[in-house]
Amino acid sequence: MSDPIIKIQNMNKWFGDFQVLKNINLEVEANKKIVVCGPSGSGKSTLIRCINRLEEHQEGNIIVDGNELSEKTKDIEKIRAEVGMVFQQFNLFPHLSILDNCTLAPIWVKKMPKKEAQELALDQLKKVQIDDQANKFPGQLSGGQQQRCAIARALCMQPKIMLFDEPTSALDPEMIKEVLDAMVSLAKGGMTMIVVTHEMGFAKEVADEVIFMDEGMIIEKADTKEFFANPKSDRTKLFLSQIL
Amino acid sequence: MQTINFLKPNRDNIKNYSIFGSVLILISLIDVISNAFLKTNLTSFLPGSLTTLFPLILGLIGLNMMRIDYSGNKTLDLLNKNINTNNFNALLTLLILFSIIKALPPSLSWMIFDANISGDSKDACTGTGACWTYIKVWFRRFMYGMYPNEFHWRINTAFILVIALGFVGYFMKENLKKYLALYYVIIYPVIAYLVIYYLISGGSFGLQWVETGAWGGLSLTFIVSFFCLIFCFPLGMIFALGRRSNLPVIKYISICYIEFWRGVPLITVLFMSSVMFPMFLPEDFFMDKLVRVIIAITLFEAAYCAEVIRGGLQSLPRGQYDAAKSLGMGYWKMHIFVILPQALKLVIPGIANTFLALVKDTPLIFVVGLAELAGMLALAKTNPKWLGFAMEGYIFASIIFWIICYAMSKYSYNLEAKYKTER
Repeated sequence: MSDPIIKIQNMNKWFGDFQVLKNINLEVEANKKIVVCGPSGSGKSTLIRCINRLEEHQEGNIIVDGNELSEKTKDIEKIRAEVGMVFQQFNLFPHLSILDNCTLAPIWVKKMPKKEAQELALDQLKKVQIDDQANKFPGQLSGGQQQRCAIARALCMQPKIMLFDEPTSALDPEMIKEVLDAMVSLAKGGMTMIVVTHEMGFAKEVADEVIFMDEGMIIEKADTKEFFANPKSDRTKLFLSQIL
Repeated sequence: MQTINFLKPNRDNIKNYSIFGSVLILISLIDVISNAFLKTNLTSFLPGSLTTLFPLILGLIGLNMMRIDYSGNKTLDLLNKNINTNNFNALLTLLILFSIIKALPPSLSWMIFDANISGDSKDACTGTGACWTYIKVWFRRFMYGMYPNEFHWRINTAFILVIALGFVGYFMKENLKKYLALYYVIIYPVIAYLVIYYLISGGSFGLQWVETGAWGGLSLTFIVSFFCLIFCFPLGMIFALGRRSNLPVIKYISICYIEFWRGVPLITVLFMSSVMFPMFLPEDFFMDKLVRVIIAITLFEAAYCAEVIRGGLQSLPRGQYDAAKSLGMGYWKMHIFVILPQALKLVIPGIANTFLALVKDTPLIFVVGLAELAGMLALAKTNPKWLGFAMEGYIFASIIFWIICYAMSKYSYNLEAKYKTER
C-alpha cells in the first residue's frame, strides 16, 4: 500500500466558540475518489477548505503530499498550486476572459511561457467542451459553462488533487449534468478527487469511498457499494432515506 | 363632482384638452417673456396682485388639463411623468421656468450687452455691465502668476511635454504593456518632475532661474494638482491594502496614518508644512515651499484615496480571494492580478470624487503665499488701479474650474464605460 497523499489526524477546528470539526481522521490514497456527503452545516465544506488551507485548523495535523499544513508552512502557495479547487459559486475572475482565467495562474505562478499556457488552457477547455467560448467573459456564460470553465482553470495548474465544494449546488438541473459529465471523465482519467456533493448518482458511479458527516464528525466511512447497500449507523440510514 | 372633473381629461378627449392646455401655457409664457424682455405688462388691465399671479394660474390650469395617467403620446407621457405629476410639481415647474426667464435678461445684459472688453485700463469700463477688460489685461497673470512674461514659453513647453509623455501609454507596444503601471507610477512622475524642474525652474542649460514664489496662476494650479494626483493614488492604494493586512504592525500604522490625516483640516496641514516643518529640519537642509506643500496635500489626499479604495476592496466577494489563493497565488499576485483590477474599477466614481475635491482644494495654498488662479484673483482685486472687479474675476475662475472639473468627471465616466464587463 502506497503512502496516502492526504493524511488528516485528530483534527479539530473551531469558529470562535463553535467547534465545526471534531476529531477528524482521514487518509486518501492517490488516484482515489472520495465523496463527502451530509446535511448542511455538518462541516463538509470546511473540511475540504482545510485541506487547501483556505481555513486554518487549530488542533491535529493535515499532511498533503508529504507537507504538513500549519502556521509554519512556508510555501503554502506551492502546496495550493498542487491542489485544485472548484467552488459552489464558480468564483471565476469576472474581469478576465475565459482563456485569461485559465492562463493567469500557470503564467504567473508556474512561470509557464504564455504560448504554452494558452495551448494548455485551450486543451483543458476542449476537454470540458467550452473551447469555443474562450474569448468571452464569465458574465456572458451560463452557470454550467462557468462551472466547467472553473474546472478547466483548476486543471490548468496540473494539480495532483482536485477538491470540489458542492460544484453543482448553484446550478439548474439541466446544467448539473454537463458539469457532472466533466467530473466523471476527469475521474476516469485517474485524478485524486474529494467531492462534496449531494449528487448520489455521481457518488455511485465514480466514488471509491463515501464519507458521511454530521455535526462536524465523520459518522461513517465505507466503500461506495457497502455504503449504499447496508449503511451501519442509524443517522446515515435516515439521511439516505431522505435523499434517495 | 362634475365641476371638479370638467378639467380632467380622459383618453378620448386628451387631444383637445392638451391642445387647449398648451395654448394656456403658451399664453402664460408669452406674458412672462414680454414682461422680462420687453418690460411691458400685457395684463395691466387686471387688478394688483392678480397681474403677477396671472401667468402662474393660467399655466397651472393648462398643465392640469394635460395631466393624464397614460395617453400613448410619448412626449406628453414624459412630461406628465417627470414634471407634471401633481399640482404642486406643476407649480414648482412653472416657478422655476419663470424665474429662469426673468433672470435671463439682466444677467445677459450684464455679461454681454452692456459689458466692456476694449481698452487696457479701468477707464475703458464705462458701461453698467461687466468689465472684461480687467480679465483681458490680467489674463497672463491669471495664467502664469508673477512668472516673467518673456519666459512664459517655458511653462507652455513644459506642459506640452508632460501631456505628451502622459499619452505614451496609448502608443506602447503590446509586449511592453505589462510595464504600463510601472511607467505611470514611477517613471512618468520622475520625468515630469525633471521636465518641470529644468524648464520652469531653470537654472541650467542657459535658462534663467525663476524661484517658485513667482510661479502662480492656472499653471500653478495644474502643477500642484498634477503631482498630488499622481502621487496620492499609489500611496492611497498602499494604505488601503495596509489597513486590511493581517500583520498588526502594518495594519495599525495604516489606521493611524489614515485617521490622523482625515482628522486634520487641510488648511492646518498647509500651515504646518510651510511654517512649522522647516523648524524641525537641520539648518543646511532646504526644501522648497512648493515641494513641501505638494507633499502635504499628497499625504492628506492619500488618506482619503485609501478609504475609497478600501471600500472597493471590501465589496469584492470572498470567493475571489479563495479562488486566487487556491490557484497558488501569493498575496501580491492575488492583489495585482485579481483583486485590485476589480476593486479599482469599482471605485472609479469615488476616486474621481476625491480628485475633483483635490483640484478644487488647491486654492487653499494661497494661505501659505502661493498664488494659483484663485490666489491671483485675490491679489488682483486688491490692486488699487483695479478695485471693484471681484465679480468678473470670480466668474472667470468659476468657469475655468468648472471646465477642468467637468472634463475630469467626463473622463471618469469614459473609464467606467471602458472597463465595464458583465458580471
